[in-house]
This record gives sequence, C-alpha cells and structure tokens, in this order.
Amino acid sequence: MKRDYDVVIIGSGPGGLAAAIAAKENGAEDVLIIERDVELGGILLQCIHNGFGLELFNEDLPGPAYAQHFIHKVRGHGVETLMDTMVLDITPERTIYAINRGLGYIEIKTGAIVLAMGCRERTRAQILLPGSRPAGVYTAGTAQRFVNVEGYMPGEKFVILGSGDIGMIMARRLTIEGAQVERVLEIMPYLSGLTRNYVQCLLDYGIVLEKQRTVNRIIGNHRVEAVEAVSVDAAWQPIPGTQEIIPCDTLLLSVGLIPENELSKQAGVLLDPVTNGPFVDDHFMTNVPGIFAAGNVVHVYDLVDWVTEAGYVAGKGAAAFARSERVEPGGHIPLKAGENIRYVVPHKLEKAHLAVELVRLQMRAIVPIEERVLVTVEDQNGEVVAKKAQPYARPGEILTLALKPQAYEAVQKATSLTVNVRKR
Amino acid sequence: MPKTYDVIIIGAGIVGSLVARFLSRNKLDILLIEKEVDVGMGTSSANSAVLHAGYDPPTGSNKALTNVMAVEMWPGLSQELGIKYERCGDFVVAVNEEEAQVLEELLERGRRNGVPGIEIISAEEVRQREPLIRPDVVAALWAPTGAISDPFAATVAAAENAVMNGVELMRETAFEDFIMEGTRIIGVCTNRGEFFSRWTVNAAGLYADEVMHQAGVRPEFIIKPRRGEYVILDQADFKLTRLTVFFPTPTDKGKGIVVGGTLHGNVIVGPNANFVDSKENKAMTTEGIQEIWEGGNKLLPAIKRKHIIAQFAGLRATGNAPSPNPDINYNQDFIIEIPDKVSGLVNLGGIESPGFTAAPAIALKVIELLQGAGEVLVEKADWNPVRVPRPVFRNLSRDEQAALLARDPAYGRIVCRCETVTEGEIRAEIHAPIPADTYDAIKRRTWTGTGRCQGGFDMPRVVAILAEELGLTPEEITKKGGTSNFLSRRTKDVDQEHLSVEALI
Repeated sequence: MKRDYDVVIIGSGPGGLAAAIAAKENGAEDVLIIERDVELGGILLQCIHNGFGLELFNEDLPGPAYAQHFIHKVRGHGVETLMDTMVLDITPERTIYAINRGLGYIEIKTGAIVLAMGCRERTRAQILLPGSRPAGVYTAGTAQRFVNVEGYMPGEKFVILGSGDIGMIMARRLTIEGAQVERVLEIMPYLSGLTRNYVQCLLDYGIVLEKQRTVNRIIGNHRVEAVEAVSVDAAWQPIPGTQEIIPCDTLLLSVGLIPENELSKQAGVLLDPVTNGPFVDDHFMTNVPGIFAAGNVVHVYDLVDWVTEAGYVAGKGAAAFARSERVEPGGHIPLKAGENIRYVVPHKLEKAHLAVELVRLQMRAIVPIEERVLVTVEDQNGEVVAKKAQPYARPGEILTLALKPQAYEAVQKATSLTVNVRKR
Repeated sequence: MPKTYDVIIIGAGIVGSLVARFLSRNKLDILLIEKEVDVGMGTSSANSAVLHAGYDPPTGSNKALTNVMAVEMWPGLSQELGIKYERCGDFVVAVNEEEAQVLEELLERGRRNGVPGIEIISAEEVRQREPLIRPDVVAALWAPTGAISDPFAATVAAAENAVMNGVELMRETAFEDFIMEGTRIIGVCTNRGEFFSRWTVNAAGLYADEVMHQAGVRPEFIIKPRRGEYVILDQADFKLTRLTVFFPTPTDKGKGIVVGGTLHGNVIVGPNANFVDSKENKAMTTEGIQEIWEGGNKLLPAIKRKHIIAQFAGLRATGNAPSPNPDINYNQDFIIEIPDKVSGLVNLGGIESPGFTAAPAIALKVIELLQGAGEVLVEKADWNPVRVPRPVFRNLSRDEQAALLARDPAYGRIVCRCETVTEGEIRAEIHAPIPADTYDAIKRRTWTGTGRCQGGFDMPRVVAILAEELGLTPEEITKKGGTSNFLSRRTKDVDQEHLSVEALI
C-alpha cells in the first residue's frame, strides 16, 4: 500500500463513508479509510432495525442496508480501505500511526484527515451507580452487538436504565427474542431519545417507561439478581419510601453517548466542553489546519441522515484543503447558543460560505417546550437572520435550521449570530 | 494411601501466594488451595496499592515489625517477580496546627519503628512537589520509602513463580474443615475432597477466623469485614504532577482517604472504612462515594467528579487480636503463630492494612516458625526465583513493538482501545502457568476494560477469544467464575412457550 494520501478518514461509519465519497467527488485522488473492525459500516452494522434514510432517501432502511448504499459508492469510487486496523496516534502535521495484524506498524502521511470515530456509551461508573459489580450490567450498545452481530442473548429478564434511543430499540429487540423487559427507567421528567422510538419500541410492545425514576443499587454478587429502583425529585435526589426491588438478571444502560476524541486530543484538536467534540467551522474543520471531523465525533446526532450530510461537508472540505484550493479561511463569525439552546454546531461560520451553498446549523434544546416554537438565528443586534417554526422542542431531538444563500446579505453585516428557541 | 503433602496453604491472596513462593525454594510438596476461580480475588484485589513506609502501626507490634522489614524486600522481590515497583515516597498532609501536632507523633513513631529518611517538610516544599495540593496545607510528613506496587500483578506473579517451582495450585477449592488426629492437624476437607499434609498454613484472609475456629484455635478471635470504597480517575483527564501518594493526617478512624498515583497511570481516591455485615459485601454506596469524594477533594481540590472512570470496593480483614508484645496495649494486631492448642498449623489472621506491604515479611516469618518447630528445610538446587514478565505492548518502544508484531501478528490487533491492550497479550495470559480463564482475570493481568469505555468495546471480543482458546462456548465464559456468565443463550433459541405459529406468520 501507499504511505502518502490526499485524504485519510478514520472510521467507516456513516460519517466516514460519506466523507470518503465526497473527498473523491471533489478531486482528492488518493483517499484511504482506516477502520478498526473487519467490515465497513461502523455501528450501523449492528443497527438492524429500520428508521434510516428517511431524510436523505425518503426510504425506511435498516442500518446495514443504509450503510451498503455508501459502501457500494466507496468501492465504486476506488477509495482504499485498511481494515482491522487501529490508529494509535495522529500528529498535528498529519502523520498517522496505526497497526494491524498483517502489516504491523504503519506510518501514513496525508494532506487532510477526517476524524470519524463516532462516539462511545456512557458507563456505569460515569453515572456513579452504586451496588455490587456482578456480570449482567451492560451498555445498550454492547448488548446490541451481542444480539445482532454475535447472535447471543445477554440475559433473559431486563431492566433498562435511560430512555436513550439504543435502550428503547433494545427493549423491543430483546422482547422479540423472547426476553422479558421489566421496565425502562428515566431519571429526567422527559424522554431522552426520539418520540418515534418510544411509540414503536415501548408503547407497541407494552413495555413500561417510568420517568423521574432511576436505579439506586445493583444487587447480586456473581450475576445481577435485582436492581433497586427509586423515584427522584427535580434535583435527582432519591425520594425516601419510593424504593422498589425489581428482580432481573440484566441491567442495560442507555444513559448517553460521548464523542470519541482521544485521537483528536493527541493531534492538538480543541474540544468543546459542552459537546465533548471538536470546535468546528462550517466546513467541519477543527482548530488544527487540515484536520476535519464529521458525525458523532463532533456531537451526538439522533438521525444518521444528518451524520451522512456532515460527512459530505467534511470530505469536501478535506479534499479542498488537500488540493490547496482552500485559502486560509477568514471572515469568520461565531455561532452562539442563546435562549434554551445547549449548543450550536458548527461553532463558527465563514461569511463567504453562504454565497456558494447553504449551511446547516444543528442545535439541542436545554428544556422541552411542548408547544409550537420558533427557532431564530439573530445577529448581535437581535435582528432575525433566519427562522424556522417547529411543533415542539425537545432535548432528545436535534433542532436543525438551514442558513440559505438568501441570508447572505444579512450575514455579511453580522459580527456574531445567536440561535434561540422560544414559544411562538 | 493418599498422597501426603508437606504443606497445604489455605488461600491464594498475596499472603498465601508469597508463603507458597518462598517455601517453594525448599524440597517440599506444597498444595495451595483457593476457593475462588483465580488467585488474588479477595482483599488483595481491592486496596490502595500503596506499600506503606511503616510509620503508622504501633511500635513493637507484628504490624510494625513486618511492615518495616518488608519495605526493604519489595524492590528485589519485584525485580525477581518481574513486576513494577516505584519507590516514589508518600506524604501525610496536615492542614491545621492540631494535625501538625499529629505529624510530630507520627515522625516519632516512624523513627521508633525504624523507618528511614522520614522528615517533616514545610508547606512551601509540599506545594513545590505538588502544586495541586490544597492551598492551606500547613506541613507534611515525607516518607521516602513509601512506594507503589501493582497488587494484581504481585499476587499473580508470586503464585505463578510458586507454580513454576513445583507448587500445586487448586482453584475453586474451598476449605471446609480440618482432618485431625487428636490435636494434630493432618489435612483438610474441601469441596473437592480430602488432602493430607504435615503442615497447614491458614492464609484465608477474611475467613481466617472461621478457619482457625474449625481447629478450636482462638475462639474469641473475630474478623469484622471493613469495607473500603474507591474511585479511579481517567488518566487522560487528570494526572498528579509526579507519582506519589497523599494521606490526610490520620485520626482514630484510620489512615483516611488517600489520593495517590497508580502504576497504571490512573489516580486512585479512597478508601473510606465502614464495617459491613457480610464478608462478600463489596457493594458501593451513594453515601460512600460521597464520603471518599469529599475526602479526596480535601487534599486535592483539582479532582473533578467527571474524571471518574471506575469505582470499586474492597473488604479488609479487621481482627481483634492482642499484640504478642507484652509492652504494648494493642488489640488489632496480625496473628503470626504456631498455636499451642493444635500441632501442624501455622496460623495467620487479622491481616488488614498494612498487610499487602507486610506480606513478604509475613512469608519469611512463616518459614522461621516452621524451622523453629523443628522442620528441616532443604533448598532445591534448581529453584528459580525469577519470573520473566510477558510483554506489555503499550510499554514497549516502537521498535520493540514492531519486533513483537513480526513474531506474532496477534500483537497487531488492539482489543482494548482505551488502554491499548492487544489480542496477543490476552492469548498469552490464557496460556500462562496460571491460566487467566475469566474476563476479570484477563482484566487484572492486562488492564483491558479498565479505561473510559469500561469494557464496552473489548468485552464481547475478550469473551470470543476466551471461548476460542478454552474450547468453550461463549455462554460458558464468566466474569469471575461461579454463575457470573455473561450470556444466557443463542438468539432464536426461544422456549416453546414463546413460539407459536401465529407469532411466526
């Protein structure tokens, strides 16, 4: 294999696949994907449920079928792939060190890098869940791998902590496989995943969701024997007298995802403490010139379609950088989180960008508003540059708003833009 | 006539494993029995990993004598056993004048105990060595012989070196009773049958009281399990300026909550010390985590809850044995004795902190006791005290890694991405002299699954590797033996009651 590429993409999930395709289609000649697993597709391969591709293809596909669409394209475009390979280190000068079984140590130089490592699941320790430490406590994604890829059941009688999407999807999956899902517990007063998953995975299967309730204690020395559930107040403090011992053999955790940025940090990429992903501009370039990031490595998405779109943007940017077509970007203005907005991605906008194409902004609300809302993008004087009406705003569902070329003039006058979500 | 061993050792924690290892130098048939699926799963697996300098225990106690004696043994022993050891020194931090007074007492006691090099240093000096220490520190006791070990590796290495030198190890073999001939112990009954011996060593840790009671020894001696909870911080998020250990000023409740470095690179915070009802109760509690968190923050305000990547609890075998030294009034000492009531028993008990530190000295004391009882020990010509460690990929230079990869491509597949553990390392541990045949055994030996994702990525892969290497199905693989299986059945393998023709259509 070569040791010198135009664009190297780390990770072959939906973000990485799209970045590779876009890099090729935008003039990068030598494009390489490095994937740690033995197949392309990333986590999509274990997501055998449907719901993928509604935004992009207007089709309702299972994860592997969605991935296959892009894998065909990647192969057709002549993108090189290095499978079963782990990247150990990236330098700011864009040298990549990786290893695999066949080639041993691999050192690769590249014109641009797209980080597409995805995210990992929050663990038991990160939510400081007390009790014993038996077998039978798994993150929902690990259980999903066991069931859908390896073909094994991680238990028979489940309690699921957290109403994240993977947890709800696994509740349905395990039920179909003959297991009993006793309860889904959510510490917040609202759902943390998509409403459609609540309807299709829990309601349709008669699985009980209890909000403002959490696991207080894990019981069992060898294997989980039960969990103690408890109600919590608004400050997440247990309410005495509400304890209930729920016998079960498995506790699944669906309590959040964290962008996977250990490699990014080694390369000097700065992370936003709110998203846990890199600060990115509107081409998804990080603070390190030539290092781009796409997908869940930037912030955790709820729909794969938006990950794919981000991958296209990053891949295109990476190709332009590698071909030195991209002038040192200037004329940036910051994009800020305003009223009831936790964060906005990208973090800054190149004002000239809107002359060429639309730029999609993505936000998460802080608290739910269960009535019609207006998402606004305002300049430093409170002038509305763009707006979008939505039926509601929920923390579990990303808000998106496209800044269209029509907003070009207004953006040229702005020194910063702030996104808000308010009741109409 | 069944085989008669020279020595049976009950319990393969750090004490039992080191007794076996030092005894294996001699021409003896030795059997080491362990009730758990692996060595070192009890108190030895859940402690602060600190090798104490020896200024804490009362002067003249067994604890003080063995502690200070063992401090000098650890550097050479670690080298022979191929395990890491860092003599980084430790601090006892005082934050007010009363505490500074206690430091003076500790200094005095330390000197009486024979701890070399201890001194009281100024607040300025403490801050210089660790700028992250709380700003209102008044003074600290500095003990240059304080050190850090890897308790997992130490126990495995000691037991492995014993096995290399002919000791028989039987795991999942639980002591049930002694076989007596009058007042002479001639063997033990276990769940796997009877084994006969001339000597039996009680190294049963938390259960040492119950074992000795079976022989009618010290019926008044009771071990109350004392639970210590800990949290581990992500090494990518928080590191000490230099590797060391910070103790608060001790109180009558104990040595207090420590913030210290570990040889794996993480910072450890803990333990608290609370008595619990059961010798298997290693559950963590919300209150306990809060307690250690406040304790840790008192020393180093810079640590943050979001840095926590793991939590665990261990139990310490707190006994009530009076010190054999008539000059001191101390009722929590180690028992290291050949009791009068029975013959054929070397009795150890109450081995709580500083038990890990003291273990090699306790092992030598056991040998002295045997010799004192007339046992003539004849050294083997071919005793090999050296255990060569297996390669740890992440600790090798790039050239060494490349050489290892060329020899065995399995070292080119990373199974644990957070801690950079390779498939080669895992397979090597499964085929080691003491096979690592559970997930936790692999974890303790290779550090796989201890990072940020806490096994989320590696666990299915390790289960698959274990199944392949051991010739088992994945459903048979356990976390820690017994009923701790990870998986229940294959998918589609549903009970008939779940299946109906209608459901399939």
